[in-house]
Amino acid sequence: MINKAGIEQYLYASFGPELKFGRWLIVSKAFTDKLVGDIGALLLDDQVAIVGIGYSGFSPATPSQSYKELIFDAASRAYAECSVNPRKDVGSFVCCEEDLWEGTSITDEYAPDQLGAAQRTLCTLSQDGLNGVATAYMHIKSGVASIAVVESHSKLSNVLSQSQVREFALEPYYERPILSDGIPVAAMQMRRFMHDYKVAEEDIAQVVSKNKKNGLFNQRSSYAADVSVEQAMRSPFVWNPLRRIQVAPPADGCVVAVLASAEKARSMTEQPVWIKGIGWNSASTSAESAVSSEALYAKEAAKMAYKIAGVDSPGSYFDFAEVDDTYAFKELQHAEALGIADMGVSKGNTQADAPVPINMSGGSLSLGDLVEAMGLVRLLEAVQRLRNAERKRSKGLKRALVQSWRGIPSSSGAVAVLGVE
Amino acid sequence: MRKVAVIGAGMTKFRHRMLETGRELSFEASRAALDSARMDIKNVDSVVLGSAPDAFDGLHMKGEYLLDGAGGSGKPYTRVYVGGGTGVFIPAAAWWHVASGVSDVVLAVGEEKMSPLQPHPQYAFWSIFDQFLERPLGVTLLWIFSLEMRRYMSVYGIKEEDIALVAVKNKGNAMDHPSAQLPMRITVDDVMKSEPICTPVKRLDVSPTSDGAAALVLASEDVARKYTDDPVWITGVGWNVDTTFWTNRDLCYPEYVEKAAMMAYKMAGISNPRKEIDFAEVYDPFDYKELHHMEGLQLAKRGEAPKMTREGITQRDGDLPINPSGGLLGVGNPIAAAGVMKVAELFWQLRGEAGRRQVKKPVHRGLAQAWGDLMQVGTVVIMER
Repeated sequence: MINKAGIEQYLYASFGPELKFGRWLIVSKAFTDKLVGDIGALLLDDQVAIVGIGYSGFSPATPSQSYKELIFDAASRAYAECSVNPRKDVGSFVCCEEDLWEGTSITDEYAPDQLGAAQRTLCTLSQDGLNGVATAYMHIKSGVASIAVVESHSKLSNVLSQSQVREFALEPYYERPILSDGIPVAAMQMRRFMHDYKVAEEDIAQVVSKNKKNGLFNQRSSYAADVSVEQAMRSPFVWNPLRRIQVAPPADGCVVAVLASAEKARSMTEQPVWIKGIGWNSASTSAESAVSSEALYAKEAAKMAYKIAGVDSPGSYFDFAEVDDTYAFKELQHAEALGIADMGVSKGNTQADAPVPINMSGGSLSLGDLVEAMGLVRLLEAVQRLRNAERKRSKGLKRALVQSWRGIPSSSGAVAVLGVE
Repeated sequence: MRKVAVIGAGMTKFRHRMLETGRELSFEASRAALDSARMDIKNVDSVVLGSAPDAFDGLHMKGEYLLDGAGGSGKPYTRVYVGGGTGVFIPAAAWWHVASGVSDVVLAVGEEKMSPLQPHPQYAFWSIFDQFLERPLGVTLLWIFSLEMRRYMSVYGIKEEDIALVAVKNKGNAMDHPSAQLPMRITVDDVMKSEPICTPVKRLDVSPTSDGAAALVLASEDVARKYTDDPVWITGVGWNVDTTFWTNRDLCYPEYVEKAAMMAYKMAGISNPRKEIDFAEVYDPFDYKELHHMEGLQLAKRGEAPKMTREGITQRDGDLPINPSGGLLGVGNPIAAAGVMKVAELFWQLRGEAGRRQVKKPVHRGLAQAWGDLMQVGTVVIMER
């Protein structure tokens, strides 16, 4: 991937600090610096920005709204924020949803109308919303669209038995009969992770306490609570060692994001949030091969995103991170894979005053589990925080890391590097 | 936008019931495509997979289940999904991975295993309808196809015999396809006398339910030139989705197919498709659909596709061969895999590797199209050599 650093390296390697055209012209370093800067700016203009984001729901149940109404509300807000007319301006719509969560086969049939996308370029991914962002990013980079819209939602309150649906995600012959609804897979992964990284129960309880408390400052969190570490450790087991309070409870909601090319973005909003890098990856889904205590999907996705963004040392690059915590231990596992924590929860690495504070939003433990929308939910949290910091001219928050995971039994996840500079 | 080439294609046999699991089918097709590109999975940067309803297999997150078989493990992996249109959409998705500069080599896999659903895969289609307004009617896909077929016939004054000619041609073409499920030499009379399923749709008007998989390898220009002297280029992709409310539109003409085609034609710089497209793989799950889609693609004027068929223009040795592979009616219809099979046929025809299926005239530019959802999605890929 071409970026400014790469071009600089290329020019300096080719010409040295002083450009020489034959014997006639010797160009000063100041000139080369300017040239490099100009080319860099041109290349940076190849960037993709988030120019609008809207949401609806964020509640354990939304009986007054259908999923279509949730989408309509979120989309209307996102479009209004950047003055976009979906019928004319948008070149691509990407929806992220799974048939069985929707209770409808070929669920993309029901996607277009409430987004204003009928007879438009719309497609569906059976993936997390952050994968949708990656797809919209590629649509803009490949010239398919200069403005793209990404949507994902959760209407889990409509699902009578979420555990039965999860059971259908397991391999039918060998895994489903013994692994019930997949929760035992999470419990086994947790046990293995605790063992390999010498993580104590208290460390995981600390994640619960931190995220539930952080959520108290977030209007979107349905499950925030003033929970102490001791209280978190008294929660009953759902499957030893996994405790009920360590599992993100279900919630309804929808997030719609509008992405644009650099050229468009600057005229659409005063506060573009740039997608500096994006990556996604899947490890094997088979429970029998998921024996590693490392979140390989997050590690590889981060590697891809960091390479695009030119991030060398994530531990010092990012100002904050939104990291998947569908199960409390996952926050630690993911932070480790993303290179922003040194297995130091007990040293306070994930607390608000840490070098890279994690889940200041309250995370899934406070916001709830919005299944495929979770990546976009985290994107929303990061975008809002970056914009608020900019509005208040506080210098601390300029670069954010967003990560998502598709949940048990998958080993699929995505990573986005955001920045306002 | 970078140039994107197709450098390999492969597929499994299409059959009513395959003994292989979905993972195994995906593996076989992927392996065949990589072999034909003389590549290994380690050369692949990312994987795109498509498969239609999860309900066929009784699986949730089917894309995750199929991941290992399709070579997606340890790679950026994406499952795209636009109903029946998915097959032709998979290469379009692989195209934007390469065109955007994100990947250099992409494996595009289409898989479908319809047979696990008992007593008949058609039952999965009940759950594609609206929960409140349509499902209580116990509706099946065949109902809405019979509505559409009847509307098409009545607006343009087309006879059932005209439509039957498509089934005769495609099932005949499939006689030369080694993977074909329903190759047959039949007559118009056979089609007319076959059992009515939902009048006017008869048994031989319909493609079968199938298991199978197909795969393609796409690459950027510099990689493609390293691996082959004979790359085939993807020069246009297009897709479009119409409103959910299918009852509100005139079923005689697929506007969404027209819009998808226009997107692809614009990208490929085509202004007169009837003259500039040499042959096409048009989506034909039902025989009338081939005619309907030819008109949507601007390859025939409205209501005139049956005339072109009657005059033999759409035969393999005709001026505009349509479905030289044998199409879904002859080769079979494992939904997402069937669309990839169509794009693979473009690849083989353009390279002159289609053997006995090779069309008579020299071909430089072909088009593949699929359709899906509630008569709602059009997906188009244009390839050139």
